[in-house]
Amino acid sequence: MTMSHPLNAARPTRRSILKSAALGSAAALAAPYVKSTYAAGSLSIGVWDHWVPGANNALTKLCNEWGAKNNCEVKIDYITSQGEKDKLTAAAEAQAGTGHDIMSHRDWNIRIHQSNLEPVDDVISQLIKQYGPISPVAEYLAKFKGSWRGVPTTVGSQVKPCCSRFDLYQQHAGIDLRAMFPADESKWDKANTDKWTWDAYVESAQKLFKAGFPVGLPMGQTSDAVDWVGALFNAYGVVMVDAKDNIKINSDETRQAMEVARKIMEVSPPEVYAWDDAGNNRWLISGKGSGIMNPPSAWAVAKRDNPTVAQNCWTHPTPKGPKGRFVGQLPQFYGIWQFSKNKQAAKDLLLYISQKDAVAQLVAASYGYDLPSFKSMYDLDTWKTVEPPIGTVYGYPPRGDEQTSMAGAPARAEVGAQIYNQAINTVMISKFTQGHEKLDDVIKWAENELEGTLRA
Amino acid sequence: MADAVQTWLPGLQISARRSASRGLKQFLRHRSTIAFLMCLPLMIIIAALVIYPAFYSIYLSMLNKAQTRLVGLGNFTFLLSRDVFWMVVQQTAIFALTAVFFKALIGLVTAHLINNLPARGQRKWRGMLLVPWVIPLALSSLAWWWLFDPTHSAFNWIITGLGFHEIPWLSDPYWARFSVILVNVWYGAPFFLIMYLAALKSVPEQLYEAAAIDGANAWQKFRHITLPMMRNIIAITVLFSLIVTFANFDIVQIMTAGGPRNMTHVFATYAFMLGIRSGDLPLGAATSLFMFPILGIAAIFILRGVRKRGREIG
Repeated sequence: MTMSHPLNAARPTRRSILKSAALGSAAALAAPYVKSTYAAGSLSIGVWDHWVPGANNALTKLCNEWGAKNNCEVKIDYITSQGEKDKLTAAAEAQAGTGHDIMSHRDWNIRIHQSNLEPVDDVISQLIKQYGPISPVAEYLAKFKGSWRGVPTTVGSQVKPCCSRFDLYQQHAGIDLRAMFPADESKWDKANTDKWTWDAYVESAQKLFKAGFPVGLPMGQTSDAVDWVGALFNAYGVVMVDAKDNIKINSDETRQAMEVARKIMEVSPPEVYAWDDAGNNRWLISGKGSGIMNPPSAWAVAKRDNPTVAQNCWTHPTPKGPKGRFVGQLPQFYGIWQFSKNKQAAKDLLLYISQKDAVAQLVAASYGYDLPSFKSMYDLDTWKTVEPPIGTVYGYPPRGDEQTSMAGAPARAEVGAQIYNQAINTVMISKFTQGHEKLDDVIKWAENELEGTLRA
Repeated sequence: MADAVQTWLPGLQISARRSASRGLKQFLRHRSTIAFLMCLPLMIIIAALVIYPAFYSIYLSMLNKAQTRLVGLGNFTFLLSRDVFWMVVQQTAIFALTAVFFKALIGLVTAHLINNLPARGQRKWRGMLLVPWVIPLALSSLAWWWLFDPTHSAFNWIITGLGFHEIPWLSDPYWARFSVILVNVWYGAPFFLIMYLAALKSVPEQLYEAAAIDGANAWQKFRHITLPMMRNIIAITVLFSLIVTFANFDIVQIMTAGGPRNMTHVFATYAFMLGIRSGDLPLGAATSLFMFPILGIAAIFILRGVRKRGREIG
């Protein structure tokens, strides 16, 4: 596979640069990325350490390629998210005003450090020009006062659709998931896919529970739990706090969604309240579970540890609710610290690794786990070809009527970060289902907590 | 002239060297000076790693969420208005007081048992019982987490093998509280053991012999000799352990991360959630500083008692 240099196609001339400069600061925000010359030097990157074995190598290879072409030494540190070490590192670097030139930020962390990050509008506008619209969730998180502070990564960015055991669903719930969501979007029949609703999910979960294979949806306070509950809430139109700081949790929509959650928890293993982000993966891999909501990492590990399970896994869209079909999305971002001494080189590298050819390599190395933020890239071969069975992760990128969403939105991102990271939505459900608290009391508690997130 | 210079210059140099050497010796003879110099590296380390961060966190706790302006005690008053924070205060108190009580009790009993063993056996037992304290806490907490794993708990495997029901070690909030306290006791009891054992060794044997002649039984010996002789050690050990246990982070973070339903959060894990995970460093700093007055007051009372008893003995 050859890789064209991202800037060859649109290398600006002297005249065009002068013309651009005359357009003023407003136009500068939307101007395409202009590569300037920079002395050979070094660039350090702190990147999320990938779950998928070997996936880091693809990024290292791309960075080294770019480094060799540009006579720039690239030093990469892979930082684990176990124990939030990546977030700790970012917080320390932001406070100290020194560290890596580029740091990858998971989900809300880009928002948390927005004021310490260099605007990257030129890079983003170039990418949008090349690949079309960007994910609205990425925009919600990384665009601050009209200016982009991060470039969405491919590495680690993910959505959390259903990953189900199609054999168990067919045998015990009478649902043929592969026929409903075949590995070719053109064959998706709307009349058929519309049947995959949260009510249908509850009904099938009850049947699978009776058969001894409960679904495994976590109800702890980590992202897998927060994300599937966020998707459920969005499907029912639940708004916790709106964009104007109005607390809206006390609504009929909330009551409906909580009722659905209660029915699911009734047929879930009791330990879901203690699961971290690996709990649901282990549940599926063990063969005890019939379905989870997760990126294909569980399937990838099952392929190695329990191939029989992997052969029967099918990743497909989430159920639909009265307000639509939503899937939780967790993009990651590369942010360039304002204290970086090599910002121009950093931008050039980010543009290089965001090209479709590079993205294809990263997606392939992660067996489809990594998800770019551009819908135009969802046609990559990996999702069609990885197996077993062939097409198993075709439904991983949002397709059909599935929309990406973020728990905590549409509140101001500063507020949303608090809602998300304090897992207010899953604590609500835990209080209602495990703590047997009255729904009105739970909603009142949530109102109080949400009021706290509005603190200036 | 040149010869004269050559003759008197070395003499001057020697005399100057002697006087400098004498000055240095005199300087070093001042006990306070040499003590200060020897303490200086430690003082620099403490200033850099303790005093500066402490003042910085106080400053941080008085900033607004965006860290752009001072809000005085606004973060503290905000915390006092939050239900979850009060739950965290209550949980931290339960966690620390229960754990310290059991660590002290187990340490005292085990120290007595070991003290009564023959000298040869003592060494072996002392070594074995210190193992939990020697293993890095993050590692041992991880091992405990595996034992309590919500789905594949080794303990539950044994329990169900014996025909009993599984115990929701980490998924039920009350069992989760029990589990984190248990691990803290397991980790911290050896510290009490070793301190109490040292204290027991320092009790003069003659006191016990005199008490035996007076017909005292084992309980009376313990109550009227051992306990009074160990009171200062007990007080200092409890104070030290209270401080460390109130500030505990690793065990709770690794085993429950504060869940389920925030019901195992302690100050440190809650501060981490607010400060690092949610990006509100000032509020996180304010949460962690809430420990300071509580522990400060405890330290004043305990150390006052220690000084009083010290004076009585003196």
